[in-house]
Amino acid sequence: MTECSARFADIISTVEFNHSGELLATGDKGGRVVIFQQEQENKTQSHSRGEYNVYSTFQSHEPEFDYLKSLEIEEKINKIRWLPQKNAAQFLLSTNDKTIKLWKISERDKRPEGYNLKEEDGRYRDPTTVTTLRVPVFRPMDLMVEASPRRIFANAHTYHINSISINSDYETYLSADDLRINLWHLEITDRSFNIVDIKPANMEELTEVITAAEFHPNSCNTFVYSSSKGTIRLCDMRASALCDRHSKLFEEPEDPSNRSFFSEIISSISDVKFSHSGRYMMTRDYLSVKIWDLNMENRPVETYQVHEYLRSKLCSLYENDCIFDKFECCWNGSDSIVMTGSYNNFFRMFDRNTKRDITLEASRENNKPRTVLKPRKVCASGKRKKDEISVDSLDFNKKILHTAWHPKENIIAVATTNNLYIFQDKMN
Amino acid sequence: MFLTPVVPHWPFYNLDTMFVRGLKRKCFDGEEDIEGTLAGIKAIPSYNLQRQSLLDMSLVKLQLCHMLVEPNLCRSVLIANTVRQIQEEMTQDGTWQMINTQSTGQASLDRLVSTDILCRSSREQAEGKHVPGYTTFNKDFEGDQAQDSSETMSTAPSVQVPRNLQSNVWEMENPQENKGNFQKSLDQIFETLENKSPNSVEDLFSEVDNSYYDLDTMLTGMMSNSKMGHCDGLETFSSPTATASNSNCKSDLNELDHIVEILVES
Repeated sequence: MTECSARFADIISTVEFNHSGELLATGDKGGRVVIFQQEQENKTQSHSRGEYNVYSTFQSHEPEFDYLKSLEIEEKINKIRWLPQKNAAQFLLSTNDKTIKLWKISERDKRPEGYNLKEEDGRYRDPTTVTTLRVPVFRPMDLMVEASPRRIFANAHTYHINSISINSDYETYLSADDLRINLWHLEITDRSFNIVDIKPANMEELTEVITAAEFHPNSCNTFVYSSSKGTIRLCDMRASALCDRHSKLFEEPEDPSNRSFFSEIISSISDVKFSHSGRYMMTRDYLSVKIWDLNMENRPVETYQVHEYLRSKLCSLYENDCIFDKFECCWNGSDSIVMTGSYNNFFRMFDRNTKRDITLEASRENNKPRTVLKPRKVCASGKRKKDEISVDSLDFNKKILHTAWHPKENIIAVATTNNLYIFQDKMN
Repeated sequence: MFLTPVVPHWPFYNLDTMFVRGLKRKCFDGEEDIEGTLAGIKAIPSYNLQRQSLLDMSLVKLQLCHMLVEPNLCRSVLIANTVRQIQEEMTQDGTWQMINTQSTGQASLDRLVSTDILCRSSREQAEGKHVPGYTTFNKDFEGDQAQDSSETMSTAPSVQVPRNLQSNVWEMENPQENKGNFQKSLDQIFETLENKSPNSVEDLFSEVDNSYYDLDTMLTGMMSNSKMGHCDGLETFSSPTATASNSNCKSDLNELDHIVEILVES
């Protein structure tokens, strides 16, 4: 795999390819969105795909202050989701804890010149000097990419938004916070419909929160949401206006031999993603990735251990709060491989067909650019072999929470704390 | 009265250290094979002590939640559920009362015992020791081990939060509802995350052990308190959602400074 990387000033908080894969959007803790664009393929060097370069940067969200609660609202971008492209411009939704914004990203490569009343620099001409009339013409200019906020969807969430998901009808989308899920129309900002509400009448009885939600890729009436207790609920919006009663409940019975005080915490689902086909969904909990068949509720069809060697370290990880880290997961374009992050800047891929898995590292020190990535191995216990890394020397501050896979090609984007890495499969 | 976060010092046994020093075997093997140079490491503590340690740590985490600008609800819920689990198990096997007799105050917190045992599965534990694995709380449990609920709660040396809640917030409960008291203390912590009643938040920390303070944390607490003082009892965002203007709500920094000034002065 070849690699390119970009260093960020702030912590990267989300990564998302658009539907064609040509654009890659990232959000950071400072409320900024940086979009990378894939270079057009070089005709002479047909064996290499284009690199990704910065295309547009803009400030999506600013810090705000909630005067009622006397609390600051972070500007950190929690999620970005692209809309499918309908015309020359691109649209994406970006959200922080409270507010979702629809951004239009458009290119400008021409500008009008030859105004009658203005000079080229914008100063107004003295009208008495105008003796002739001319028609302004468009002349080429350096490409400029502009981002403008087209809609702002605010004031609909009391709790922190963790997910947004665009419906396959491309007209509506959902936003989910810890206790509620709202349905919006992309054109309407002053109204949204609450479709899930798990807030108990008495907050003292709260034991479960919503951790992620997503629309089905093909059925516009179906969505799922995951919980902190390790369950996934599939809901059908045709059944009722308020989808508090699920159509399906996906839950794997707990393995009694593995039970501990941390069982619930590590079962909490941090991410849920439908496969592109819509037949499966993938969930990520603290130690594993699970693939579920939508037709089977009582257990996943596949389970992949991400870093089982951490199971004996749960107490330390609880003490330093790492046990609450929310890792995301993603599918490749053909749904044959799934990928997720881990610690020490490691990330893992699981091939569903061959059942092989690989651990790779996203780091500049250990990988020379343009070289093939070397597989890594963590030694859980016992004698450490050469090139293996022992569990005790893992750096838990170097975590890969966000990864993304190009929808069509073998190109992946991996975000460490401050760096974005893009790896490409070398074409033969 | 201002809030100060309790920031305990955890000179605890690092699991990594334990492994490095050759203590790889299960803790139940006793002490026969423990290798030499263990200066400073005491004998591997019992399951009960470890569980107590975990409970203390969890309560501190919940307390610290209150100090944050906006607590992460998911994390708080998970920690609160863990505390409930521990309490249920402790009530069930009668160790809740034994808290009275354990070393008081600083000692148990100073020594976050190796929680290696806690990370092991319940089956492994059952094999080595007659400690009940985690089981769901038996509703028939009468709590006859617990006499005066207030006694039990208030003398828990390191469990400071429930004591304060108990004494300040509720009527005296039936002893059989010992579990219920603790449940309520948890709930109270939980409610304060919602900033619903500032008074209870003050009560929570009215008797916190002074030894954990230092200047930094005190100052942090003062700033936090100024934020906590304004509670939001309103649920302004129930469904269907309220209308809102399209305007971009950009904060005015000058305005913000002004408001913070007012809060601090008040």
